[in-house]
Amino acid sequence: MLHYFLKRLLSLSLSLVAASIVIFLALEVVPGDPAAYMLGLNAQEDTLQALREELGLTGSIFQRYLSWAGGLLVGDFGISYTYRTPVSEMIGDRLWVSLPLAIYALTLSTLIAFPAGIWAASRRGSAADASVMGVTQLGVAIPNFWFAMLMVLVFAINLRWFSAGGFPGWDAGFFAGMKALTLPAIALALPQASILTRVMRSSLLDTLSEDFIRTARAKGLTKGQALWRHAVRNALIPVLTILGLQFSFLLAGAIIIENVFFLPGLGRLVFQSISARDLIVVESVVMLLVFAVIIVNFAVDMAYAWVDPRLRRRR
Amino acid sequence: MSVLFHSRTLLPGLFLSLVFVAAALISLAWVPYDTTVLNIANRMKLPSWEHWLGTDQFGRDILSMIMVGARTSIAVALVAVGIGMSVGVPLGLAAAARKGGWLDEIIMRANDLVFAFPSLLIAVMITAVFGASALNAIIAIGIFNIPVFARLTRGAALSLWNRDYILAARVAGKGPARISLEHILPNVANLLIVQGTIQFSLGILAEAGLSYVGLGAQPPTASWGRMLADSQTMISLAPHLALFPGLAILLTVLGLNLMGDGLRDILDPKLRRARV
Repeated sequence: MLHYFLKRLLSLSLSLVAASIVIFLALEVVPGDPAAYMLGLNAQEDTLQALREELGLTGSIFQRYLSWAGGLLVGDFGISYTYRTPVSEMIGDRLWVSLPLAIYALTLSTLIAFPAGIWAASRRGSAADASVMGVTQLGVAIPNFWFAMLMVLVFAINLRWFSAGGFPGWDAGFFAGMKALTLPAIALALPQASILTRVMRSSLLDTLSEDFIRTARAKGLTKGQALWRHAVRNALIPVLTILGLQFSFLLAGAIIIENVFFLPGLGRLVFQSISARDLIVVESVVMLLVFAVIIVNFAVDMAYAWVDPRLRRRR
Repeated sequence: MSVLFHSRTLLPGLFLSLVFVAAALISLAWVPYDTTVLNIANRMKLPSWEHWLGTDQFGRDILSMIMVGARTSIAVALVAVGIGMSVGVPLGLAAAARKGGWLDEIIMRANDLVFAFPSLLIAVMITAVFGASALNAIIAIGIFNIPVFARLTRGAALSLWNRDYILAARVAGKGPARISLEHILPNVANLLIVQGTIQFSLGILAEAGLSYVGLGAQPPTASWGRMLADSQTMISLAPHLALFPGLAILLTVLGLNLMGDGLRDILDPKLRRARV
């Protein structure tokens, strides 16, 4: 297990380094001098030079990469070109909206998908199965931002149960915050819940046709007992993988949904930064999200190996 | 022809998809009303005989806008699938032909890396660097498609390389490149078609999302995503502005997904047997 862990850890670090190089180089090709942009047309050359040094824009491309990547390691993302405040502070504030939103959506998605998938699989071929599958077919086809708009129309504008957008901040209280995140979380969760339901169903159907289920039935367990005691647990492995992948989709998908609801999260920050040409913020947010994806996948891999020893010897 | 009826989802899917492809093609030659002409006096009209789906906030005919928007969506998604296939499939074939070699290793690691970037983030980066346009949306979705096809091709090709007829081809003196092209590719084509349909529908959703946040096609090009973005502030006054473009996306994607499921049932005998 330790050998496998170290090997995966090495590959994790290599992925992180490779991703950081790609992101750094992508934004390195952008023309223009941020220092000149910040100080305006009439800036003196020595002022410009001082600012470039402050922002870490001097030196060779290699030195700049090292100082940027080194900063990332200690949580220093640099200074925003537009606001002249540390990027890490800006991201930190926004993370308190985006992260709870992603977790909220992931929870909803799991709470919907597990029962729906198990229910459909245990009644394979019935009308219940067909209707669950039909709903998931719609769920994967619906653009989630459109679904979000329709929910705003129904639940915010017509019924007035929720506000149409904005975020009161966690200072307003936990429930006020969660209420503001509810419609966005449902919109984000819907397509993921549909995918997860289908995975849960097909994985459970596979497991139900295994020999050990027949053995369990032969031993005298009822269908329900065999399902709950043996099948569901064994069917969970592929479901966990998808769940891990979905977390990254939720973080990235929040970029669009935050814009529907005017939530001050990372997604809004990215778009504001693009229009302000504040590239270091774009760079940092992209880096953060890619890191999250890589680390979550690593965690899923490890959980996998821990649950199923056969996988440790693979590759 | 009777093979079309083997699947319950293929025909409805094919029908829905063809409706939108036809709408896009017809829009090249004819639309009910010119979408570049504004007619403020006639704005936000509900559906009527003159305007089947009503008019938008500038008095433009929504049906015509949806037909032109179909063109944008289908073109972006189709080219993006083309990019993914034309780069991903050769990479996958090459990786499988030299399994375990350095080329395989590089291709698979690069794939993992691209997978760590959700397509939306690729689009955000490209837009930040080069600005927003339909072309950049195509590139972003296309890049995301490459590892999908590379992985699928490699996986399918690997299992084929152990077959006897490949051994026979090797004995006959064919090189790996020729074997990949003449024997492997035709045998993975079915899988690629099914995956192509799925990526096509994902591409339509991605294009809609990108143009909704302003990273896709720019005005005056009509696109479904931007029609939705424009309708958002007016949703309480004129909900039909938001209803029809969204339905267009939903039905196109649904059609393609049903078609993909149906094609898989027909083209992949292994899965068909597993279901029986």
